[in-house]
Amino acid sequence: MTVVIVIAGVLFGAGAVGALWRIIRGPSALDRIIASDVLVATAMCAIGAEMAINRHTDNLPVLLGLALFGIVGSVSVARFISSRDDA
Amino acid sequence: MTGDLGFDIRDVITAALVLLAALMCFAAGVGLIRFPDVLSRLHAATKPQILGLIAIVADVAVTNPSVGTITLALAIVFFQSLTAPASAHMIGRAAYRTEHFRRDILVIDEYTPRQ
Repeated sequence: MTVVIVIAGVLFGAGAVGALWRIIRGPSALDRIIASDVLVATAMCAIGAEMAINRHTDNLPVLLGLALFGIVGSVSVARFISSRDDA
Repeated sequence: MTGDLGFDIRDVITAALVLLAALMCFAAGVGLIRFPDVLSRLHAATKPQILGLIAIVADVAVTNPSVGTITLALAIVFFQSLTAPASAHMIGRAAYRTEHFRRDILVIDEYTPRQ
């Protein structure tokens, strides 16, 4: 079981570092939004993985909150980046 | 909790689903780095997001199957699968509008009318 934890931790960390690298290097703001979205999704999966492994569901509402508000930032920035907006 | 096999069947399911979600998130990170432009990076961003989440929520449901947990887990999956495509659509439209993609690798452009 600890092997699973180590492997999952390394994979989650690598995914987060990839997203972080894209945030830093991203040529445009849109890249940064997408990378931060992926960072939020990775955090959610990591919290879920910790819950599944340790057999508790204390922070399930945290996942719900992240699921709802994780995309508010990306939607708002995407809304104001597109120059000619017919909405 | 551990059965006669030395480990519990739920441990196996938990381990498999957690590894699946971890692989998905790793793929998202790698996809973000390697994909050339914004539109293709959207693929990397949204696909693992929802699949990883489903793996995790199924995992949570498997570890302690009480009614409250499963409904909350289904609510999470429902909201995530509701909001993720919407935000990806907006980002894609913004990316298309502000020319954030490389036209040379664009295969089909159904957005602009045939000139």
